Amino acid sequence: MSLRGNDLLSLREMSPEDMELVLSTARSLKEILSRPIKKVPTLRGKVVCTLFYEPSTRTKTSFELAARYMSADAVSFSSASSSVKKGESLADTARNLTMMGIDLAIMRHSVSGSCHFLAKVLDIPVVNAGDGMNEHPTQALLDIFTILDYKSRIRGLKVAIIGDILHSRVARSNIFGLTKMGAEVCVAGPSTLLPPDIERLGVKAYTRPEEAIEGADVVYVLRLQLERQAKSLFPSKREYRDFFGIDRHRLSYAKDDAIVMHPGPMNRGVEITTDIADSPRSVILDQVTSGVAVRMAILYLILGGWD
Amino acid sequence: MAKDLLIKGGRVIDPSSRTDQVLDVLVVDGKIADLSENIEPENAATTVLDATRKIVMPGFIDMHVHLREPGFEHKEDIESGTRAAAKGGFTAVACMPNTEPACDSDTVVTGILEKARKRACVRVYPIGAVTKGRAGKELAEMGEMRAAGAVAFSDDGSPVATAEILRCALEYLKSFDAVLIEHPEDLSLSAGGQINYGLVSTVSGLRGIPRESEEVAVARDLLIARLTGGRLHFAHISTKGAVDLIRQAKARGINVTCEVTPHHLILTDEMVLETAYDTSTKVNPPLRTQEDVDALRDALADGTIDAIATDHAPHHIDEKWVEYDYADFGISGLETAVSLIIDRLVLPGIISWMKMAELMSYNPARILGVPGGTLKPGAPGDITIIDPDCEYSILPHNFESKGKNSPFVGWRVIGAPYGTVVGGKAVMYDRRLI
Repeated sequence: MSLRGNDLLSLREMSPEDMELVLSTARSLKEILSRPIKKVPTLRGKVVCTLFYEPSTRTKTSFELAARYMSADAVSFSSASSSVKKGESLADTARNLTMMGIDLAIMRHSVSGSCHFLAKVLDIPVVNAGDGMNEHPTQALLDIFTILDYKSRIRGLKVAIIGDILHSRVARSNIFGLTKMGAEVCVAGPSTLLPPDIERLGVKAYTRPEEAIEGADVVYVLRLQLERQAKSLFPSKREYRDFFGIDRHRLSYAKDDAIVMHPGPMNRGVEITTDIADSPRSVILDQVTSGVAVRMAILYLILGGWD
Repeated sequence: MAKDLLIKGGRVIDPSSRTDQVLDVLVVDGKIADLSENIEPENAATTVLDATRKIVMPGFIDMHVHLREPGFEHKEDIESGTRAAAKGGFTAVACMPNTEPACDSDTVVTGILEKARKRACVRVYPIGAVTKGRAGKELAEMGEMRAAGAVAFSDDGSPVATAEILRCALEYLKSFDAVLIEHPEDLSLSAGGQINYGLVSTVSGLRGIPRESEEVAVARDLLIARLTGGRLHFAHISTKGAVDLIRQAKARGINVTCEVTPHHLILTDEMVLETAYDTSTKVNPPLRTQEDVDALRDALADGTIDAIATDHAPHHIDEKWVEYDYADFGISGLETAVSLIIDRLVLPGIISWMKMAELMSYNPARILGVPGGTLKPGAPGDITIIDPDCEYSILPHNFESKGKNSPFVGWRVIGAPYGTVVGGKAVMYDRRLI
């Protein structure tokens, strides 16, 4: 129970035991989501605050619902309509919010390492909901949870992560999480979107998606982060689709029972074709449900709602 | 009339005469008068400093500091910055022109010198901008600045923008006998970068600055130095590739020198992860890898690197206690440099005491063309006294500098600046400012 009272900042720094604990707790909490009355009193009286310095629909809603299903109160702070516009620093904003009595802060931010910084500023636990190009640990935990739903194990599976590895916090967290749990991870994308020394993280890197997908159990398609493409890292969306997008042909290199994943939001017709995204092999919507269960588990384990 | 000063019983190390023996040093009228065994004070008015078991060297000259005045006095000013220098064992500092306004005219040079005359406790040598407003478009009035007291020229903080303007500047400076100090960085390669490009940038998700950003610039500048035959000095070299290029250039007779900072000689980018993104590790050029650190140390030994300079870059805590990308680049270095060099390079035997004096005193004086860097009779009475045995912890909140931004916080080190003598007057002794 070492998560209690602690931050959850990255899977790089998380032990496999803690990851297993989150996953098994999420497994038992997931059942709540199918009840007619989706509410348990476990975290009654606790308040969590989401601080989103970057736009998000899925993750923010997922955390807030997770809190509410556990009877915690969820308040949100968004940078678009706040004192940030007036020039307030993150440290000041966060300390002010905690003085109102919140028990846990969940932050998304465009700068890598910001959640580590927030954790130094605050005494209450901090959960990383995505920091820059660094990590998105709860996303990777829900991805692993979803893979377990279909494959019942992680060890020995081949997972191919395809796309913009360079800018992807989802890729980083999945690489750390999946390799710790014994998966064989391959990444592929245009060479301009592969970060340096990526293979030293224990993965194999390819510049052609087919090579990474060959024999894969899981094909994980990353969102092409058009908003982070400052430079000419690839010529056009059209060319990206033609050479790196996941379509029926590229997917045929995977195992016959391979599943297809995507963290959302999808650029349909760019990194993934609609027929694949909506095919029976796609577990993209299952990931969304898993996300709520995993976040319920995380809030439960950190806020120590058990007696 | 300054009182005479006698420093007794110290181990005198002077690269200009290759002296290394226990001697007394007498300073009369602000100038070195005598180095001998057992000098007796000539009269009761002579100030006597005991330097038993201490090391006495020509005054250290930090040829690369940011005093931030005018314009950024909340980060540092001439008074606080020179107090930091004195505390850190430096008898002189050369201050970079990236102030507001930029030091790009004789008026600003004169203003800095005038303020220094009133407030500074060590010598201050202004460095003028190469181009107006450091904008890289038109040459600044370097001749007028030289006449007003600027010792060198640089657009530091930025590289000299184009090869052509660098070419013009190096040619033009031949009339004024001053060195051009270049901050080598290809901005198109470093844009948006926060730390060294490599494994650590991949793991941390921080944008990388490739080593080639520095090396492309060094290569360009060396070719322009060859073309013009001008006097070029590279600031804060940080990569193995840059060192290799400079070594080759020197072997081919190109008129070039370079400096390195203590932090690039000691730290690696791994520290970004070890400190969980502490912004005290954010500096430009960024902390590199062990391979680079090793190459820089080799280059000290073989003479490729001429000087150690701190690139003292103080910042206010409000500019560092923020998200990594939003933090300013820079390390407050004046009050840690001497101890770090002793603890990490001299005591482990990587460089000798003599070499340290060369790198921190003799060579900076020679490169800048300023007095000092020697204990020969007639030279300015600028002396640094070192306690090689003093063991202590680096605590930035005790810094004289307004900039407490140091990645060395809490480090236990052996060796400390013990006394700083400027023009025959002790401004720091027994580790305390006077």
